[in-house]
Amino acid sequence: MERVADQPTVQAATDRPYSEAIAFILMAAALIIAPMFAYPVFLMKALCFALFACAFNLLIGYVGLLSFGHALFFGWASYVGAHAAKVWGVPPELAILAGTAAGAGLGAIVGALAIRRQGIYFAMITLALAQMMYFFAVQAPFTHGEDGIQAVPRGKLFGLVDLSDQTNMYVTVLVIFLGCFLLIYRIINSPFGEVLKAIRENEPRAVSLGYHTDRYKLVAFVLSATFAGVAGATKALVFQLASLTDVDWTMSGEVVLMTLVGGLGTVFGPVVGAFFMVTLENYLTTIGQWVFVVQGTIFVVCVLLFRRGIVGELARLLRIRL
Amino acid sequence: MFEVLGISSQALFGQLLIGLINGSFYALLSLGLAVIFGMLNIINFTHGAQYMLGAFAAFFLLQYAGLGYWWAIIIAPIVVGIIGVIIERLFLQWLYQLDHLYGLLLTFGLALIIEGFFRNFFGSSGLPYSVPPSLQGGQNLGFMFLPNYRAWVVVFSLAVCLSTWFVIERTRLGAYLRAATENPTLVRAFGINVPRMITLTYGFGVALAALAGVMAAPIYNVSPQMGSSLIIVVFAVVVIGGMGSIMGAIVTGFGLGIIEGLTKVFFPEASNTVIFVIMAIVLLIRPAGLFGRGA
Repeated sequence: MERVADQPTVQAATDRPYSEAIAFILMAAALIIAPMFAYPVFLMKALCFALFACAFNLLIGYVGLLSFGHALFFGWASYVGAHAAKVWGVPPELAILAGTAAGAGLGAIVGALAIRRQGIYFAMITLALAQMMYFFAVQAPFTHGEDGIQAVPRGKLFGLVDLSDQTNMYVTVLVIFLGCFLLIYRIINSPFGEVLKAIRENEPRAVSLGYHTDRYKLVAFVLSATFAGVAGATKALVFQLASLTDVDWTMSGEVVLMTLVGGLGTVFGPVVGAFFMVTLENYLTTIGQWVFVVQGTIFVVCVLLFRRGIVGELARLLRIRL
Repeated sequence: MFEVLGISSQALFGQLLIGLINGSFYALLSLGLAVIFGMLNIINFTHGAQYMLGAFAAFFLLQYAGLGYWWAIIIAPIVVGIIGVIIERLFLQWLYQLDHLYGLLLTFGLALIIEGFFRNFFGSSGLPYSVPPSLQGGQNLGFMFLPNYRAWVVVFSLAVCLSTWFVIERTRLGAYLRAATENPTLVRAFGINVPRMITLTYGFGVALAALAGVMAAPIYNVSPQMGSSLIIVVFAVVVIGGMGSIMGAIVTGFGLGIIEGLTKVFFPEASNTVIFVIMAIVLLIRPAGLFGRGA
């Protein structure tokens, strides 16, 4: 059976060990000069989704767990962050922290339930729990139902930096993104990450080697939900809005698609996938409901013909690790 | 008229009936999912879209061909089933050697395509489809009013579920099917065309979804989104029941529909979420599901 995230380049990796470092520097440089060429809000949107997709990829790519309910963490962190900034009036760094904590807490509950089943059931459970929390978001008074939490103040970062300035906001989002990206990279390449990959490859064998795989899976799930929370809370500040779109199941599908397009189980894939999808949607806003048809078609094409994704194919062609 | 706990019998039995009807759809859809999963090892995310296709097929037949409900209930499942067979031949057959998750992703993509297509032409608002003349009206049972059509839906879907159970568990064809689920290679060695059986099984599961769609058309409006919200609930039903047993899927479907109906009476705020809460509780107590066989 072909695995969800196969790593075709493990052999080649030893030849050019610096490919990931070089790619990271190129990516950071490109993002630093990007505002000169592209609209900052568009870039910030793409960065938030890129972080969201990286968080999702931590689960599917490195533990082999397909969560179909990641919008739950993204959306609820966005609600909590927006509520903290608007109603409690806390500064932006605390608002993001509050959203992140919400993501982590929800991740612990959902993760503890979902890891009790494997494979296909895991996906269905996460989807169902996310739908349940969607209904809560529809009914709870503080989310303001269909309107969402609007006009969220961006405030002053650490009381000093005025985030209503687009450049300041962009730099903040970029720093958050790069910081989390490096942290995720560190997790993947830590001894802990190696155990996760062992679980992905062969869970019974990992158990027989004495690992409490459930504990590892739960920690990975909470970490993934936490990073999704960072992305969601940051997104709430960027758009000054938290709405039902962010907790809807279509959002969960979108992050799956971004990661799939970029390349499951590659470090840079989710980033490329997120930029690809956000750019595409930017051009497709005029065609209304056809967006779903386009997204669906990309899903089908990726699954049938293009399972490695953009970065996965690139890594295979260049025989490097990305 | 009498009252139970301050709730009129009309309201109580009315909601119970709605619960039974929802339960019929849960049972038919989770049955289809279970049959498909058994043979193809794929969770058919397109199931909701195929249910919606069934309802639209009934609508089109009436609108453009003048064929009423009784024609629709025969033709729609066949047409949608054939579409299912085409989907299996075109897309799904390439995935059997891959991880299960790719099947979920592919069928999710197909669901997006079908739903997006219909949303584009029919918007989000529902289209009406009236109850067939022969089933209009209802019976006054003294404690409640029972519309004929709703009684028909419950009885007919129960009959379809039980016949499916009978075919799979008690006939020679069903024995082949169950054998192929356990060990396809061995069954092939006995000269049975397993790939064709897989294709037809998918077509049959899809036809069940379309049948549910036709039955749902007069109750709910025919709308592009009718399947996507339902399929997530059905997933929860499947997690609760476990896909190991056909009878389990039927019992869980009807049972959860009734529980949902009762929740609407006693605690309406929770009626949307009660099935998910039950799923969480079942996962805590019996992780394999009520009728599951582990994992």
